Amino acid sequence: MTRRDVLSKIAAAAMAGPVGLEAAQHVHEAAAAAANTAGGIYKPKALTQHEFETLKTLCEIIVPGASKGGAAEFIDLLSSQNPEMAAIYTGGLAWLDEAMKRAYHMDFLTAKADQKTEMLDRIAYRRNRTPELSPGITFFSWARRMTVDAYYTSAAGIKDVGYLGNRAIKEFKVPQEAIDYAVKRSPFA
Amino acid sequence: MFQITRSAPVYDVVIIGSGAGGGTVTKVLADLGISVALLEAGPMLHPEKDFKMLKWPYEYPHRGALDGGASYFGHGRAFGFFSAHAGGWELYGEPYTVAEGSKFNWFRSRIVGGRTNHYGRISLRYADYDLKPYSRDGIGTDWPISYEDIAPYYDKAESFIGVTGSKEGIRSAPDGVFQKCPPPRVHEVLIKKAADKLGIPCIPNRLAVITQPTNGRPACHYCGECGRGCIPASNYSSSQVQVFPAMKTGKVTLITDAMARELITNDEGKVTAVSYIDKTTRTEKQIKCRTVVLAASCCESTRLLLNSKGKGHENGLGNSSGTVGKYLTDNTGFGLGARIPALEGMPRHNSDGMGGAHLYMPWWLWDKKTDFPRGYHVELGGGHNMPGIGSFTGVCAQHEGYGDSLKKAIYEDFGTHVSFAGRGEMIPNKDTYCEIDPNVVDKYGIPVLKFHFKWTDAEYKQVEHMEKTFTDIIETMGGTVVKRNRPVEDKISVGGDIIHEVGAIRMGDDPKTAPLNKYCQSNDVKNVFVADAAPFVTNPDKNPTLTIVALAWRTAEYLADEMRKGNV
Repeated sequence: MTRRDVLSKIAAAAMAGPVGLEAAQHVHEAAAAAANTAGGIYKPKALTQHEFETLKTLCEIIVPGASKGGAAEFIDLLSSQNPEMAAIYTGGLAWLDEAMKRAYHMDFLTAKADQKTEMLDRIAYRRNRTPELSPGITFFSWARRMTVDAYYTSAAGIKDVGYLGNRAIKEFKVPQEAIDYAVKRSPFA
Repeated sequence: MFQITRSAPVYDVVIIGSGAGGGTVTKVLADLGISVALLEAGPMLHPEKDFKMLKWPYEYPHRGALDGGASYFGHGRAFGFFSAHAGGWELYGEPYTVAEGSKFNWFRSRIVGGRTNHYGRISLRYADYDLKPYSRDGIGTDWPISYEDIAPYYDKAESFIGVTGSKEGIRSAPDGVFQKCPPPRVHEVLIKKAADKLGIPCIPNRLAVITQPTNGRPACHYCGECGRGCIPASNYSSSQVQVFPAMKTGKVTLITDAMARELITNDEGKVTAVSYIDKTTRTEKQIKCRTVVLAASCCESTRLLLNSKGKGHENGLGNSSGTVGKYLTDNTGFGLGARIPALEGMPRHNSDGMGGAHLYMPWWLWDKKTDFPRGYHVELGGGHNMPGIGSFTGVCAQHEGYGDSLKKAIYEDFGTHVSFAGRGEMIPNKDTYCEIDPNVVDKYGIPVLKFHFKWTDAEYKQVEHMEKTFTDIIETMGGTVVKRNRPVEDKISVGGDIIHEVGAIRMGDDPKTAPLNKYCQSNDVKNVFVADAAPFVTNPDKNPTLTIVALAWRTAEYLADEMRKGNV
């Protein structure tokens, strides 16, 4: 959250009327969150620096823009609170590095982009499940699911997917163009 | 034994439970100038602090997945992190048991306002025929009251709490005092077109949400998340709409963290005090009363009566009929959803609206022959809802892959799903009841409930009908239903899942078969009243809260009247 975002939230709070107090609380929390990440360097809590960098790179490939959504930080934080979650990621990331070393003699981070995608193309699909790839496929499914969750619950992801609600409005209206669009494409056209 | 200090006040009325029933009784009695003590098993509610209205997931480091990502491991919070309840399907230290061969889930919310803080706000009147089912189809039992008896209280309830809707003249869905319902969302427009084609009525929804300022409460601000609780109280919760305003009269003493344990009777068999556990100190206390109103929820009120044993009432207080705990029912539940291609790529707009559908389908075959008794109504889901944890897990599983193509799949999927949920009437049966489990007590030493539950063919056939209907609607809209061959036992909800438990202390004309008279007053103990869903004789295809409010209102007025006459 930038200073500008915080200020625009304050402006929104001033406009909000009956929910002003609540919005003011948002501003307070937003400002606190902004202060927390000031400096921009996140220190991983559960993962090693190498694991964290690997995860960050992986998340960004899964969902381009995921780092704006704090995906790796989200996963690291939850892992720091839950050994079961941590094991999924430390185990999965170790598997990934091992598989990369066997195939390309390099870990995931140092491998070339096409080598990364070659590996991911194997573990990103259930149909490729073999005893050899199975742990990687299971891990990738976890990483994809949680990266998607992190990104689409972030301000960037919410904007990206086009969600325009969660705000106080005076009157609820449905745009005629949206109705026309759907009806025209429906069996009722 | 228990000591009561000489100076302890005697309350005209002690009300146990602050949900829809207790909140209503509190409000009605306080307005009549009667002093009441309101016991609530949970803590005080602080809407400004407790409700997560208008919060974004990213304001929480776990985004709603809970600490340690508990929701990823099947330990999520019921209805999600943002829901306004203070409870769940399991309460630590407060168990219930389920008989072998039965399945039952019991949702409790321990907080001022109870389950009304988060509930679905669907507010449907029972139809005239709902109250006389035996006269109509020979199954079950008629209520001792008719629609004419309850209609004035539906009027009062709707006028006071505020309910949206429209005059439709449909017998299965009686009209009431309605505020304007906002217009249907795009997917709802399509659903209505499909329903029209299939001859199913699809009408503006009846939600306890105000769309015009009412009794000092501002109109809805359309954030679409009523379940999170509404800080300005633009939807109904008993806490904000009834209890808090009633407290301003000075007639209400609210005692929180008070878990009722037993009703204490004197030699004449009248209740003189309520024994409760003060949870903050885990000590037993007693509060003296002239009358008591049980509104702890259908099953908690049942538990309290059954746990109040003494000379002359060894099977529980007010239970000379032996029926307390019997006739328990839930509504049936079945859901089906599908992706609707016509909605793909729709121009983005804010589709939040009220927290719930803007249309619903009342039961439409009430005068037609079906292969099951009674009926169901249909609730709708869909729209561009706020993304949360798990919103796109289905797309991930289906699309697989990663990168821009995954993002594109998510963008295209967003807002294209519709869902249908049926809520139908269950016929009371002898295998469905609750009783005290002699072997288990909760952490306060209070014996717990044991549930027995069984669906019968009446419910199974209804659920099959729901599946066919929802499939027809989806296919008429151009969607495809993935056929899954599963036994009907897996399709129907688990007993208790719909959180519409009613009927375990029912009213009736004959004290030999019903514990309560037609005013929800105990036949055995005249100063005991029940004001939750326990007195309901049947569980029609309508969510029970509006009827709880209406009946509690009627019971409160009757109680006040009897008190004035010196009868209680």
